[in-house]
Order: sequence, then structure tokens, then C-alpha cells
Amino acid sequence: MSYNSIVLVKQVPDTANLSGEVMREDGTMNRGKLPAIFNPEDKVALEVALQVKDRYGGKVKVISMGPPKASDVLRECLYMGADETFLVSDRKFAGADTQATSYVICKAIRKVGDYDLVFAGRQAIDGDTAQVGPQTAEKLGIPQITYAEEIVDLQDSRITVKRRIDGGHEVLESPLPVLITVIKSAATPRPFKAKRAMAMKNARSLPELDRITEANSLLNIEDLKEEYASNNLYIPTYMVDDLDVDPDRCGLAGSPTKVHKVEYVVLEGGEHENFEPTKKGIGDLVDKLVHDHIFG
Amino acid sequence: MPNFFTDNEDLLFHFDNLNIEESVAIIEDNYREVQEYPYAPTDYQDAIENYRLILGIIGDIAANVVAPRAADVDAEGSTLKDGKVTYAEGTREAFSQLAQADLMGFTLPRKYGGLNFPVTIYAMAVEMISRADASLMNLFGLQDIGLTIYKYGSDEQRAEFLPKLANGECTGAMVLTEPDAGSDLQAIMLQAYQDDKGDWRLRGVKRFITNGCGDILLVLARSESGTKDARGLSLFACYGDDSVKVRRIENKLGIHGSPTCELQFNDTPAQLIGKRKFGLIKYVMNLMNGARLGVSAQSLGISQAAYEEALKYARDREQFGRRIYDIPVVSNMLIDMRVALESNRSLLYSTARWVDLRERLEEQISRLKAEGKAANELNARLKEATRITALLTPITKYLLSESANRICYDSLQIHGGTGYMKEFDIERLARDARITNIYEGTSQLQIVAATGGVINDVLVTYFEKKEEYVYKGVLTKLADHLKEIRQIFLESLKYVIDKQDKYFQDVAAKELVELYSFIYTGYLLLDEAEIESRKVFIANRYIVSALARATSHADAIKNEHFSDLLHADEILI
Repeated sequence: MSYNSIVLVKQVPDTANLSGEVMREDGTMNRGKLPAIFNPEDKVALEVALQVKDRYGGKVKVISMGPPKASDVLRECLYMGADETFLVSDRKFAGADTQATSYVICKAIRKVGDYDLVFAGRQAIDGDTAQVGPQTAEKLGIPQITYAEEIVDLQDSRITVKRRIDGGHEVLESPLPVLITVIKSAATPRPFKAKRAMAMKNARSLPELDRITEANSLLNIEDLKEEYASNNLYIPTYMVDDLDVDPDRCGLAGSPTKVHKVEYVVLEGGEHENFEPTKKGIGDLVDKLVHDHIFG
Repeated sequence: MPNFFTDNEDLLFHFDNLNIEESVAIIEDNYREVQEYPYAPTDYQDAIENYRLILGIIGDIAANVVAPRAADVDAEGSTLKDGKVTYAEGTREAFSQLAQADLMGFTLPRKYGGLNFPVTIYAMAVEMISRADASLMNLFGLQDIGLTIYKYGSDEQRAEFLPKLANGECTGAMVLTEPDAGSDLQAIMLQAYQDDKGDWRLRGVKRFITNGCGDILLVLARSESGTKDARGLSLFACYGDDSVKVRRIENKLGIHGSPTCELQFNDTPAQLIGKRKFGLIKYVMNLMNGARLGVSAQSLGISQAAYEEALKYARDREQFGRRIYDIPVVSNMLIDMRVALESNRSLLYSTARWVDLRERLEEQISRLKAEGKAANELNARLKEATRITALLTPITKYLLSESANRICYDSLQIHGGTGYMKEFDIERLARDARITNIYEGTSQLQIVAATGGVINDVLVTYFEKKEEYVYKGVLTKLADHLKEIRQIFLESLKYVIDKQDKYFQDVAAKELVELYSFIYTGYLLLDEAEIESRKVFIANRYIVSALARATSHADAIKNEHFSDLLHADEILI
């Protein structure tokens, strides 16, 4: 029996490889210097979905919500082996918190349809909320398994999954469809495949085609869309009007989370304390660390 | 995320100035394949975009998969147990990623599962892989084996072997060296004979075989019993099945990830590749030239890694109240290393472009022949390209492998005592570099291979054209220096020829070959300096120091530094 998967992915700033140019001296961030990457655990989620496809057959479709630039990660999904990708992008979706995001993603998943499994990374390295996956499952009205590490069994319409919990793991069984969020140890993402990359490198989403037509008045967006689609190079794009959504529940308007204040922290070396390399010195150091709540 | 392609400005500079339009048009047969393969390019620009994309993928794998595992691979090495060779875990993981990414058939035609990429792009890939882990190059860089089968094998042999190599299901090995046939391959003894059914079988022992545990082996063997020279040798392909016993793997100084095997062939079934008796004189010579370019790229990758280690360490390390980077003696060493690195890169990719052109002209001529068309003009160009690649390939291998050792030596020196310890990468790099000027022909043999071309002044037309060209501004002085070096070369050459002494010529060849390389590389750097102003610094230091060295080389020749060779027995007590 084959299983169709939908994978949720996000483009995030590369917070693991900050160059000196990213942080300004006043503690603010220079976004232009921050490279955007495929959220690492989302890439693992795609790998898990592709492994399900390799083993049982079925289709792997990917959805990303974000600015036009998020098309980059969708192309990378195609390079890895995704069958189809979808961009959810509209100014009206901008500024969304986890609730507004999961609301729109839930609608996008319904529109893409025909799925047995929804995979997502546990959390994105920018927000670190780990809420979008669970909230999406709630809104879809399907069960969820978070922190998944391994698909133990998949038969008929039941899946058995091992998930990581504090101090150990537990094994859960669920009917399909189910939403699963995975952690990094679930799989090692496969590399981009050279042949797929060359064949799909010109895949473009609607806002990217828009930019091409803006630069060339002889081009018409509908023709261009058709041309790309006929070559299998169009990344279907959903805007607010394409989805069955209430605009008031989208983007900033639909987000109860408000940023109260942003505090810029300048990290710099401050005062220091010396500890003697003796047994007593080490004891003092440990006491100090515990006292300052760095340990324990 | 680090990426060994996009983080290397100098490599990108060469990529952006490839100028291989003619070669690509031929290799793509005027961009016809796109109808059959969606990943084939539609035009030159599209081909370049493909190369950029794929080099980016390799840069990613090299930086994020291969490099982080290199130290463990070095510590673990390959092991032999019960006749079976096991690669280090990191080697297996890295190889599996390269295979999954469709990168093991880089230069093979698409029909056989390859990417149909030019040699120049392949050399860039080899450079990046070697920068991450020099020992992995010996798996990744053995793709010339497939190319040899493609060029000289039959259609059936191509269909049998090539797809398995291209998809990474099989790895290969070049099985040439024997205990008594190292540099002197003419002395090969491994026996190839035909059994009762007329099928070829191999019997005998091979030694120092890189990846000898591979699945598909290209074996040079004596097919003409009773003969003693190169004309009795033929090339065979066989599987590394149970009849091929790995007797031992070597315990080596460096490249621990790459198993070096001693093999015993016990009547192993084999297929003749191409024609009998052409094994060494044609096929292996061609294979070796490809492999030499590969080792040159490997040397460059190691040099890049060693330079970066030195630069990083010098900027971090403080002594006498300042960074050692700011101590003039240290920064001077770093500049020397950087100039060597960049001039090496210029030479490598220039040579690779010539190799590409040579291969493509050959391809185009056979295409024209098949259509019954004349190819006179192309034949003349092929002849020229063949002469030039036959000169530049050994020169490049010689200079880049020696230079890699020098750069590692200096990098370790900058690290001080720390560099002597296992904790820092330079210790491994220095060991890995040491094989590059030995295998695929020692430096001394590279000089022998280049001598003929130097003595015949193969690049005379090119140099004359360059001398007529007017380099402007600061480059004028440097162009004059190059003219001066050329005069020094021509005088030294005349001196050697007039002397009519074979022994003297053999010893002076090193100086002559180096003199010739100064001129060639010097012009490459001048041309680059015209494109990018920063390169003026590189051209300047290279050419100014080349002029000084040229004078000393000429002195060595004319003052007959080597005349005491006749008294070797008295000196060497």
C-alpha cells in the first residue's frame, strides 16, 4: 500500500553560522548579512517522507509559507526528490504568529489534499516555538505525534512511531491520517541530486514569475505561468484569495501574540574572577556557577 | 552553512572566467540532448548554470559531510579482515552521499548515467573534495577508470561497466604497479592468458593498488608471453570477485581513508579493453594523464586547506603582545603561500582547459569522420593541443604536488609546536600531501615527461604572441620581466643543447622545466591581473621572485653545478 505525504517546511535565518557582520555593535541584527537556509529539522521531515515514498510508494508534496524568497527551499525540496511543492505567500499572511500560521497552513493542506501523513520538523531555529505542527494538527482535526525519532511500523491505515521524551522514549500507535513532527536524529537528509537539480533549477513560483514580467513588459504573467507549468517548472502559489480563509484570521491581524518590546543585548567580555587550579578552587568555581544559576 | 565552492573567492574567479565555450559546444553536440534528458543544458549559459549548481552541491557535501569526518577517517583508516576491506565509517558515509547525489559519473556521457561534464569542472570538484579530505579523492577521483572504458572499450563493455560506476554501485581501481614494476611499468609481469574457451584470465600479484578492493578493476597485464617490454602489455577489465585476493593493505604515512592493497589474481576472468599490445603505450598513458590532473587537483585542495589553517592560526595566536599574523616574517610566509596557491590554481585550470579542448577536438574529428567530412583544420589544432597537454600535464603535476608539500610545511611551521600535534588538521594535511609528488609518477618522472616539450619549445608561438601584446600600467614592468626570463630560458636551453651531453641534460631538465613554467604561469597571472586589480599583487610577487629564481637556475646550468656527478662514488661514502 502506498502513502501520500505532505511536508511542511520553512526558510529560516542561519542562526548556527553567524558571521561577525550579522550583529551590529548596538546589538541589532543586520538581516541582509544573514543567510537564509532550509530549517534543519524540516529537511529531516522531508527525508523521512521520502523514505516512506522509497519504501511504500506514494507522492511527497511540500508546502512552505513565507515570502517569495522561500521558493529557494522549495526548489531544494525538488532537488532532494519531492514530487510537487507549493508556496503560500501573500503580504496579508505576513507577521503571523503560530496561530495565524497554522490556520493558513491548515487551509493550504486541505487545498493540496489527498494525504495520509503530514510531516514537519519539531521546530524552526528562528522562533523555536514547536507550536505550528501541533496547532496545524488540531485545526485539521487529526492526531499528532511530536518529537518522532523513528517510524517503527506502517501498515494499512495505522502507523507506529517511536518518540523521544524526557529521559527515554515511548512508542505510539495512531490511525492515519496523522501529523508527525520529527527531531534531528530521525534521519540524515539525502543530498541534492545533481540530475534533478539541473532539471528543476528553473522552477519558479508566482511572485518570482511576477518579477520576471516586471522586468520585461513584453511578457504576460498568464502566458509565462502556462509556459513554466507545461515544462513542469511552475511552483503553484496560494495567495489569500486562493484559500478558503478569513483575512481577519491571517497575518498580523489574526495573531494574538504581540511583540511588546525588543531588547538589544550587547555581548561583551566583562569582569572576570580567578580560581586557583586546586581542589578548593574548583569547588569554589562550582559553588559560584550553582549560585549564579549557570549550573543546576 | 559553509560551502567549499561559494566560500572560495579564487575558485569562483576561475569559474567566472572559464571561457570553455568551444569545448562545451562539442561535448554537448550543439545542445541536442535536452530533448532526451531534462537535465541537459539548452545552451552555453545554461551549461554554466548547471556547472555552478552542481559545484555548489559538491561544495556543500565537501564542507558539511566530508570535512567534519576527515580527522576520524584518518584516525580509523581502512581495515582488512578475513580478506575483506572495510572503509572508515566517515568514508562510507561521504561516499554514499556523493553517490546518492549522482556525482560518480562526472565526465561520463548521459547515456551511461553520467553528467557529461568537462574535465575542467571535474578538476574543480576534485579540488573541493580533496580540501575536505584528501583520502576521499582516491575514491571520488577514480572516475578516469570509467572514462578509459568509455574511450577504448566496446559498446558492450561500456553498457556493462559504466552505469554501475556512474551510480556509485561499484567503485574502481587502476591496477598497474607490481613489486618490481613501479615507475618502470614496462617491467610488468602479471600474466594474462586465454583459457580453453579463448576467454582471458589473469594470474599474478599487484602491489600498492589504491582502492584495490574496488569492484571493477582495470588491470595492466602481460598478454604476450615471452615479451619483456611495453609492447607485450594489454589492458583488461575484471570484477574484484573471489578470485582476486586482497593479501594485505599498507600501513601508510597519510591518506589513511584510502586502502592501498596488495592483490593476488587467481585465474580471474577478464575482458580485453581495446586492442592487444596497446595497454601501456596508449591506454594507460591516457589514463595516467587523467590521473595526473586529478592528483594536481588533489594537491591544490590540500594546499587550500593548509593555507587556511595557517591563516586562521596566525590571526588567532598571540605572542609578544600581538597576533603572530602581524609579525612581518609570518605575514611574508603567508603571502608566499597565497601567491603559490593562486598561481597553482591558474596553472591547473589552464591545463584542464587544454585537456578539455584536446579531448573535444578528438571527439569532434571522429564525429566528422563518421559523417564522411574533412577535418584538416581540426587535425592541426588537435596536434597542437596534444603537444601542449603532453607538456602542461606533467608540469602541473610536478609543480602543484611539490608546492602542496611546501605549503603544508610552512603552514605547520606557522603553527609552531602546536602544528606538530595531532589535534590540529595541519599535521594530517602535511602527511597526506606527501604522497602527491610520488604517486601517478614521481616528480622526477614528471620532469622527464615534460622535458621533450620544453626542449622543443612547444609554446614558442604562444609566448611570441604574448610578447607582442602590450600590457599597460604596472603590468608593463612585469611583462618585461617575463621577456627577460624567456631570454634566460632560451640561453640556458641553447647551452644545454650545445653541450650534447645526455647526462647533463637529464639533470639540467629540472631547471629548464621550471624556467619554462615561470613564463607560462607568469602570463596567466598577467592576464588575470588585467581582469581583476587585486591579482596584480599575485602577479607581481610571482614574477619578481620568478625572475630571481630564473637567474639562479641559469647559473646552476651554466656554471655546471652538476659536473661533480662524475665523482658520485667519491662523494657518496
